[in-house]
Amino acid sequence: MTALRAQSLGKKYKRRWALTGCTLDVPAGHVTGLVGPNGAGKSTLLNLAAGMLRPTTGTIEVCGGVPGSGPAQLAKVGFVAQNTPVYAGLTVDEHLRLGAHLNPSWDDALARRRVAGLGLDTAQQAGKLSGGQRAQLALTLGIAKRPELLLLDEPVAALDPLARRDFLADLMETVAEHGLSVVLSSHLVSDLERVCDHLIVLVESQVRITGEVEGLLATHHRLSGSRRDLDTLPADQHVVSASHTDRQTTVLVRTEAPILDPGWTVGRLTLEDLVLAYMSNPTAARPALEVLR
Amino acid sequence: MTWLTWRQFRIPALAVYAALAAVGVVLAITGPDLVGRTEFTGDAESLYTGTMLAMYLLPAVLGVFWGVPMVTRELETGTHNLVWNQTVTRGRWLAVKLGTGALAAALAAGLLSLAVGWWASPIDTMASAQPENALWTRISPALFGARGIAPIGYAVFALVLGVAVGILLRRTVAAMAVTLVVFAAVQLLVPVLVRPYVLPATEEAVTITGENITRITGNQAGVIESIDVAEPSGAWVLTNETVDPSGAAVSPLPDAVQGCMPAPGEGLPDRQTVVGCLTQLSDLGYQQRLEYHRADDFWPLQWIETAFFLALSALLARFCFRRLRHLS
Repeated sequence: MTALRAQSLGKKYKRRWALTGCTLDVPAGHVTGLVGPNGAGKSTLLNLAAGMLRPTTGTIEVCGGVPGSGPAQLAKVGFVAQNTPVYAGLTVDEHLRLGAHLNPSWDDALARRRVAGLGLDTAQQAGKLSGGQRAQLALTLGIAKRPELLLLDEPVAALDPLARRDFLADLMETVAEHGLSVVLSSHLVSDLERVCDHLIVLVESQVRITGEVEGLLATHHRLSGSRRDLDTLPADQHVVSASHTDRQTTVLVRTEAPILDPGWTVGRLTLEDLVLAYMSNPTAARPALEVLR
Repeated sequence: MTWLTWRQFRIPALAVYAALAAVGVVLAITGPDLVGRTEFTGDAESLYTGTMLAMYLLPAVLGVFWGVPMVTRELETGTHNLVWNQTVTRGRWLAVKLGTGALAAALAAGLLSLAVGWWASPIDTMASAQPENALWTRISPALFGARGIAPIGYAVFALVLGVAVGILLRRTVAAMAVTLVVFAAVQLLVPVLVRPYVLPATEEAVTITGENITRITGNQAGVIESIDVAEPSGAWVLTNETVDPSGAAVSPLPDAVQGCMPAPGEGLPDRQTVVGCLTQLSDLGYQQRLEYHRADDFWPLQWIETAFFLALSALLARFCFRRLRHLS
């Protein structure tokens, strides 16, 4: 089952390409993190997946259909846009009624339970909610329509660390309960580390690397040892980043095979190390990218 | 979708309908006084001007305050991202919004026109019976758009125009200004460029008898440029000009009658002398050509004008739906 499949997907705004040659396969039933620096094309990709934008090149298929192609497709995908927009003049209760009127698959009990659990006053106008509460309300609307795939564009960007933690914990709970697929974007790896089991790194409008988090961590190693020429590395070790001092070389490589050279000290990587290495070396090891996965 | 549309639309809708109700009350109180009167001065005159103003302002208000924010508010606050991701397509979303808005606009304009038409009927009847009040017959350009069913067409058009401009510009204030300018331009151009030609006008050649001359127009040098003859009452006159025996319009009038008016400084002209002198035109084969829409043409013209504006609205709506697919 594929939640999202893109084939050489590209989107051009007036003169600038926001996304180019994006080929992706996001399996269903996972929480996929979409990371990249600001302006890397994360929002563009999510908007394309939600059907808010139309691709300039290539194709995108979400839950087996063309995004935004009709009510049936809309019902399958929930989308919480950047800045978690809500109607400032409508109360929390009216937002729930909006959801109930506009979605045949609306789960009102779920929505009411969530809102009560979050301690939101249903009579309050959405414009007067805090950023965290607003994000929660938008998420509630996204979840209670019972989609197969939930797309969240920087849902925690405006939240303080505590609200951020609560929001993500709550999201995880819901995902586990309803078994839906989630793609959420962030420019902070630390947000995603706790919740994602699948990762897409987007840099400069292109997909740098994509795969399961565990697999990524298992195939990336930090090697350090006495200074040496990188050309001497075995052919199956792809250099992601490298740094040299007078006497030492530290290199981050990706390889399926075990590291056999006794001259290296092998270190484990955190997800953040890995993502930062890809983000800060936008051109390294690109040709080998497709090999992965 | 209907629920959300009503929830978002109810405040602007109620504001306009409350204002209309207030106007209605004023008209209901003052209206019965007008019946049977032959003089309409003072209060009645200023109220009359007020009703005209209200009739012309209402569609503009609906376009600017109902039509424009309908879509731009959502785009500006980002709520389109929320509503377009419910299980309702954009097309249906816009259809319900436009449909509700257009119906409410048509109803508002229809009600006001009905109330004003009833209130002003004594004045209109008087104006259509007196040739000297030709400017205020209901078929005249000044009044035509403030009577009958044409205001319904204007209101629907203004509303759809507001939505279309809003979709194009995506900014509320700019779209309001542009909507107002475009709507005013259309309102000014249609009576000049379209309305006179949608029905064949009645043409008539009138003998210049002297008694039927109602106006003599001269320039500062004392040259008589044109004369007008009496016009049929209640009609919208398009042309009132002197033609020579071959049927070509002449202005200024031929030399033969240029001596009819006293030169400047010779004192006031005597009507009998001047008119008598001008009847020479008839002897020379000149005639007066009248081209006009009869009072009976009022309703056919109203239907055509309403249909024209509704057709324009349909074109604009089509543009809105096509453009909507490219919004994000």
